[in-house]
Amino acid sequence: MLASLVVLAAAAAEAANQSGGLPQLNPSDFSPQLVWLAITFGALYFILSRWSLPRIAEVIEERRNRIQRDLDEAERLKAETEKALAAYEQELAAARARASAIARETREKLAAEVEEERARVEAQVNAKIAEAEKRISEMKARALAQVNDIATETAGSIVEKLIGAQVSADEARRALEPVPGE
Amino acid sequence: MDPTAAKFIGAGLACFALIGAGIGIGNIFGNYLSGALRNPSAAPGQFTNLLIGFALAEATGLFGLLIALIILFG
Amino acid sequence: MATGAAEGAHGPMHQFEINRLAEFEIFGIDASFTNSSLFMVIGVALIVGFLALATNGRSLVPTRLQSVAELAYEFIANMVRENVGTAGMKYFPFVFTLFSFILAMNMLGMIPYSFTVTSHIIVTFALAALVFVVVTAIGFARHGLGYLKLFVPEGVPFWLMPLIVPIELISYLIRPISLSVRLFANMMAGHTMLKVFAGFVVSLGIFGFAPLLFTIAFTGLEFVVAFLQAFIFTVLTCIYLNDAVNMHH
Repeated sequence: MLASLVVLAAAAAEAANQSGGLPQLNPSDFSPQLVWLAITFGALYFILSRWSLPRIAEVIEERRNRIQRDLDEAERLKAETEKALAAYEQELAAARARASAIARETREKLAAEVEEERARVEAQVNAKIAEAEKRISEMKARALAQVNDIATETAGSIVEKLIGAQVSADEARRALEPVPGE
Repeated sequence: MDPTAAKFIGAGLACFALIGAGIGIGNIFGNYLSGALRNPSAAPGQFTNLLIGFALAEATGLFGLLIALIILFG
Repeated sequence: MATGAAEGAHGPMHQFEINRLAEFEIFGIDASFTNSSLFMVIGVALIVGFLALATNGRSLVPTRLQSVAELAYEFIANMVRENVGTAGMKYFPFVFTLFSFILAMNMLGMIPYSFTVTSHIIVTFALAALVFVVVTAIGFARHGLGYLKLFVPEGVPFWLMPLIVPIELISYLIRPISLSVRLFANMMAGHTMLKVFAGFVVSLGIFGFAPLLFTIAFTGLEFVVAFLQAFIFTVLTCIYLNDAVNMHH
């Protein structure tokens, strides 16, 4: 740029030889330029500041508002979604808690039932066992009594066979008395 | 001395102002570049300052040129 | 000047000549419709027409044109917001007008045989002076006489004040000059340069392809400069506005 300015000086000198002077420094041309500059610049300022720039500003402003509105809307929707998600999570947790409660309850009920059943069966079995034992001891006692009778009888008959003496049942029993005691 | 010759010599001398402007503009852009290469992220923020510095440095040279023009054509 | 124009028809300065298309006066002031005026009107019409076309639909999902217009809007709005702060958004239409006007004039000037309005010092100086007046008015309106503290930087020992204050004052007063000369000299130098090298194409004959290639490359650079100068003019306006609005020097 500046290198060009050096060339300019030479060129200007050449021009000076051809014409009277720099066209820019001719005072008679000043006033029309100033007048028209004032007219055109004033008109441009008036039109731009009153009409063109507000129109552009309006569009830009409107777009900014629109974007802001959309952003706000998106923000609101996001908050809503988050709220719904939180509600869902809560619901899920509640359901899970309920399910585990039901499971525990069922388990406990079943366990109680089983326990009860077991106790009942056990009692039954115990009763049967006791009854059987009673019967057994009864039968044992009866058998033992019968054994004594048989033994007495047998002893009597053995004695009779051996010595030919008639032994009464009572005598035989007395004789045998210490034996069952052992 | 011929007055016309003296005028031309004077105009030529006035153009020496452009030497300083050239050095100044070179300095500005050179330093901007070296600064920008050291810290490229800060460079765009200083671009306006670069142009202002350029304009101010160039203006001093242009004053000299203006003197030359006035001598030649005034 | 008329004779000069005739003589310099092919000179590099010919493109900066002002031609009166219709001569008339308003209240004794020469307000002739010149080629400069023509391009100012065309530029303004283009800007307004483009913005009208771009915002025609005003759809939520922008069309191509609309997104370009919105891009330009956001570009300048960000520039004002970054350099001046939200308090400066009041002056956004002014900054946008400046930017679009200068950009349109610079870009129109890139069309061959067209006229570059911003290559005239009087136009750029008027714009820069307008910025200067507006900024100074805002400064005094917002801070009253406290705006003068701008020239008394904080933390400077008092015995340096006689030196610092004039320097600050001069640097403040020179703003419109530097602002206008920068834009004017850039546009003028670029266009003159193009013209000079285009002249070499013919005079060098068979070797003319070299300056031709240079001219093509330089035209691309000139488009960058056209945008850059509009941008810098606007950024500096924002910085000056920042001084006036926020006053932290």
